[in-house]
Amino acid sequence: MIDVKNLSKAFGDHLVLDNISEHIHSGEKVVVIGPSGSGKSTFLRCLNLLEIPTGGSIAFDGTVITDPKVNIDEVRRKMGMVFQHFNLFPNMTIRKNITLAPVRTKLMSQAEADEEATRLLQRVGLQDKADAYPAQLSGGQKQRIAIVRALAMKPKVMLFDEPTSALDPEMVGEVLEVMKELAHEGMTMVVVTHEMGFAREVGTRVLFMDGGHILEENTPAEFFANPREERTKEFLSKVL
Amino acid sequence: MEQFWADFVKKFWADFVKKFTMAFITGDRWKLYLKGMGTTLELTACALIIGVVLGVLVAVIRSAHDQQRPGQRNFLLGVLNAVGKVYTTVIRGTPMLVQLLIWGFVIFKTSRNRFLVGMLGLGINSGAYVAEIIRGGLMGVDIGQSEAGRSLGMNYIDTMRFIIIPQAFKNILPALGNEFIVLFKDTSLVSAIGAAEVLYYAEAVGSKTYEYMFPYIGVAIMYLVVCIILTALQGKLERRLRQSDRR
Repeated sequence: MIDVKNLSKAFGDHLVLDNISEHIHSGEKVVVIGPSGSGKSTFLRCLNLLEIPTGGSIAFDGTVITDPKVNIDEVRRKMGMVFQHFNLFPNMTIRKNITLAPVRTKLMSQAEADEEATRLLQRVGLQDKADAYPAQLSGGQKQRIAIVRALAMKPKVMLFDEPTSALDPEMVGEVLEVMKELAHEGMTMVVVTHEMGFAREVGTRVLFMDGGHILEENTPAEFFANPREERTKEFLSKVL
Repeated sequence: MEQFWADFVKKFWADFVKKFTMAFITGDRWKLYLKGMGTTLELTACALIIGVVLGVLVAVIRSAHDQQRPGQRNFLLGVLNAVGKVYTTVIRGTPMLVQLLIWGFVIFKTSRNRFLVGMLGLGINSGAYVAEIIRGGLMGVDIGQSEAGRSLGMNYIDTMRFIIIPQAFKNILPALGNEFIVLFKDTSLVSAIGAAEVLYYAEAVGSKTYEYMFPYIGVAIMYLVVCIILTALQGKLERRLRQSDRR
């Protein structure tokens, strides 16, 4: 589904991603872990070109999206993204947050989008917040809204960039719960996270990144039970 | 001694009344000042409209140019961006009086409509400052907002229109209010190219009566009063904007 070939990204002289090749299959739940500064967020942000790679190519469903001629807006409609800091639009109600993109991109009419928003809000138990503004919600509620806002575009893959890192510990559970449900429904997911429990329980594959490389990848069971690399062992010993 | 003071005060008062009358009452001159102040306010409003239109244009061109994908640079946008850069640099790098003299006595030296020339000069000047105010406001919106909009597949224009500009507006409005007040005071400079605003009339009255104190102090008070009113209005507006932050 997503085919990454020799991906490199440098900010000035600083090489953040060094020649990464990776394939993400439809239906996979890939969890990316690693120390901060390892390039995992940059890797994720390259997948929908929020960061422009400095080398290599990325193909999504057969389209080489790193080709400058490709309309990136159309590609992004198929790739939902959830951010660490939610990035809800504070100047709009929750309903408008959810319906804006589907309506503006002509995916749905306003009436259809409103209906979809109601359905999605019910699904995450926030139907009574439809007319509230983001500032009135808790962090966990905001992140659940951010997830359904991305889902409203009916994406084929969801990218999560440390979705629980900015939350109060109490609120992490409710967001992970929504993500788990999504995973069970068969959504293809790429998740950058520090939640090892989530990686173990939901992930179908774990990538461990450090220094701009994918050092190790494996099924979660194998990865956590028998890490191969020294660096992985050291990292796991600190976080588990 | 007492007599001396009484005489002095009497004389001073008589002088004051005479000069005051000469500056404001004789020939209904106060009407000139009011008429001039009317022109000044018109000039300010018209120049601000030109300034805002120009400023928005330049700001949007410049931020659109800065946010292009590498490898997908639009040539036309590059040219417009360069023009915008030169415009803001030249306007902000030269004194407004010099610009106005060039407009009035070099470019439009044969034009009789001094109001229009002054308005153009002020508007073009203000546009450069407004452009920077707006650009600052747009850049002040959290980058995550535009990333969220774009990640949902919305294009640059929709993201700007529905997400960035409404949020930037709140940051821009107070600064724009300041620009309006600055512009209001700067309109006095167009008297140098013969536009008939309030200072122009004050000078006319002064040169006719050979008495400048009352006309000049009179207009100073008029400017001050209007500025105090504008500042109060601006404060009110800002308080209202802040309220909507806490809904």
